[in-house]
Amino acid sequence: MAFLEIVDLEKSFGNVRVLKGINLEVEEGDFLVLVGPSGCGKSTLLNTIAGLEPISGGEIRINGRVVNDLAPAKRDIAMVFQSYALYPNMTVAGNIAFGMEMRGIPKAERDRKVAEVAKMLQIDHLLDRRPSRLSGGQRQRVAMGRALVRDPQVFLFDEPLSNLDAKLRVEMRTEIKRLHSSMGTTIVYVTHDQVEAMTLATKIAVLKDGVLQQFGTPDEVYNDPANIFVADFMGSPAMNLIPARVDAGAAEPMLVLDRGSEEPLRLPLNGAAPKLANAVGGDIFFGIRPEALTDPDSADRTASHVAHGECTIEVVEPTGSDTFAITRLGGKPVVARLRADARVRAGEPMRLAFNLDKTVFFDAKTEQRIA
Amino acid sequence: MSAEAGTTGARQSRLSRALLYALLIVFAVYYLLPLFVMLVNSVKPLSEIRGGNMLALPHEFTTAPWKSAWNEAQIGVSATGLAPYFINSILMVVPAVAISLIVGALNGYVLTKWRFPGANVVFSLLLLSCFIPFQIVLIPMARILGIIGLAGSISGLVLVHVVYGIGFTTLFFRNYYEAFPTELIRAAQIDGAGFWRIFTRILLPSSGPIVVVTIIWQFTNIWNDFLFGASFSGFDSMPMTVALNNLVSSSTGVKEYNVHFAGAIIAALPTLVVYIVSGRYFVRGLMAGAVKG
Ligand SMILES: Nc1ncnc2c1ncn2[C@@H]1O[C@H](COP(=O)(O)OP(=O)(O)O)[C@@H](O)[C@H]1O
Ligand SMILES: [Mg+2]
Repeated sequence: MAFLEIVDLEKSFGNVRVLKGINLEVEEGDFLVLVGPSGCGKSTLLNTIAGLEPISGGEIRINGRVVNDLAPAKRDIAMVFQSYALYPNMTVAGNIAFGMEMRGIPKAERDRKVAEVAKMLQIDHLLDRRPSRLSGGQRQRVAMGRALVRDPQVFLFDEPLSNLDAKLRVEMRTEIKRLHSSMGTTIVYVTHDQVEAMTLATKIAVLKDGVLQQFGTPDEVYNDPANIFVADFMGSPAMNLIPARVDAGAAEPMLVLDRGSEEPLRLPLNGAAPKLANAVGGDIFFGIRPEALTDPDSADRTASHVAHGECTIEVVEPTGSDTFAITRLGGKPVVARLRADARVRAGEPMRLAFNLDKTVFFDAKTEQRIA
Repeated sequence: MSAEAGTTGARQSRLSRALLYALLIVFAVYYLLPLFVMLVNSVKPLSEIRGGNMLALPHEFTTAPWKSAWNEAQIGVSATGLAPYFINSILMVVPAVAISLIVGALNGYVLTKWRFPGANVVFSLLLLSCFIPFQIVLIPMARILGIIGLAGSISGLVLVHVVYGIGFTTLFFRNYYEAFPTELIRAAQIDGAGFWRIFTRILLPSSGPIVVVTIIWQFTNIWNDFLFGASFSGFDSMPMTVALNNLVSSSTGVKEYNVHFAGAIIAALPTLVVYIVSGRYFVRGLMAGAVKG
């Protein structure tokens, strides 16, 4: 039995269905990240786990206990809000201790725990200040402190870093990861930032319009996306999704990619061939991440199948660490990630290496993964 | 732009500033003149007022009119001065303001943070009560006060003012709490605070500005009310405004203008004090820092 289980969860506001049958299971100590575009229902899902929103159907279990009808305070959870939600009329210490005060914990113990948590988060010098006299990063830490001091079964985070500037965001991300590995408490974390999701999660749930698109480890979600939405949403720069056809070929099915006025590019399918047998003659989307489409010298040497093709480079974008080359296949711009010093010039053809171990195929109509 | 144009600009702005100040001073004098007249004449003997200029400073300074207005002058049938009626007004206004404030704050809290089906309808109805003219409710209200046995009593006046004030106080607090971040309420819920503790520990301590606005509004309205006071009070529950009217319009003997002026100032004093004392807390932004700033 999993630690946190969400079974057929439904949530409607009036007659608007916001969550449509969500099923998730995470083990104790997992770091679950709920990711998806704005408005897909991530916060709503988190609020139902917290008990701040009543659910319309299904079941939520924490450590084997059904919590559907339990008040938030009885669920043994702690939450960090996007706005931090610090009580403006209380000091930092008062904010952190408020929950303990409500549960009738004696003053001496409260003070001890506040001091302990403040030390861990390096906010001990701020304890007597009001939230209005703190910087964004300090407020963020206080909000974390208020959650940490409860020592709950599950931490809930709703986009805790989205109000910080880019540098602080990366720092706090690392800090949250460190806290998680030292405490080992289960975390459910909402973000719309797929990089945050990849770096923090042990499990990722991708949501779209209140429907769970995929649930798996970061590796699964990144390398084996269940559909075009997940493939496109995860990863930066995004996966190339190229309109393509499967041709019966002479010996085995071949992948055919249009190159505009030139002869179409034909690539072998190798391992994917059996699964694509039904797609022969039909339209599909061929997905390949920029790092799997490189100059031949930097192609992955451990890859079992690498195919090569001549492509005309339209734009070259050096970033310092890499060079991105943009070509056109299937009528769409396609990004290849080259070595920084790769010899490439806009307007000239270049031989590109396709790592066929790292390719995915989607049905053009259903947008679901077929191979 | 040339330097010359710059100085012309500066000269122009100085000129318009001077005009602005002149205008403001004219308005200030216009509003302060009546107060000046009242003050000056309340410390003159009656003969000086009769014989001379209303605007002149007193030749002979006297506090007798104040003493008389406070506890000697004839009000109605008895020569008690305004003192007992001043007490009546205090006994009426303090509970009426306090009760309508608390009820309004609770209404605002429930209407924004514990929304229930039909909350908007309830709010609209409460809002409507702000627009019912006083005159319409006089007779039904007199009847109700009679039935519940509060006719002619200070408690009856408190009730009337509370009922009439709730619409306004609810409006004030609802609009204030509407902008209060709901995430704070949710955080407190997770921390284990219930309905009352969220109200008293989180919401009320952040309500300073709106509490002050409400107190000023309710206090001045209730203190200055004449119609309800005249309609629903008995001889010994008369509020200040009604007593002042009786003092000024009593027909026996000569018109003691200096006493009338002193009485009018005494009647206006509490509202002035409320403005001066609470105005200081008026503008302080207590919400700063609740949410990312
Ligand atoms: N209290 C509410 N009443 C009505 N609709 C709501 C409410 N809260 C959220 N929604 C709707 O539910 C959808 C999901 O919202 P939310 O969970 O906040 O999205 P996310 O956090 O993923 O950006 C949105 O379309 C939003 O308009
Ligand atoms: Mg959200």
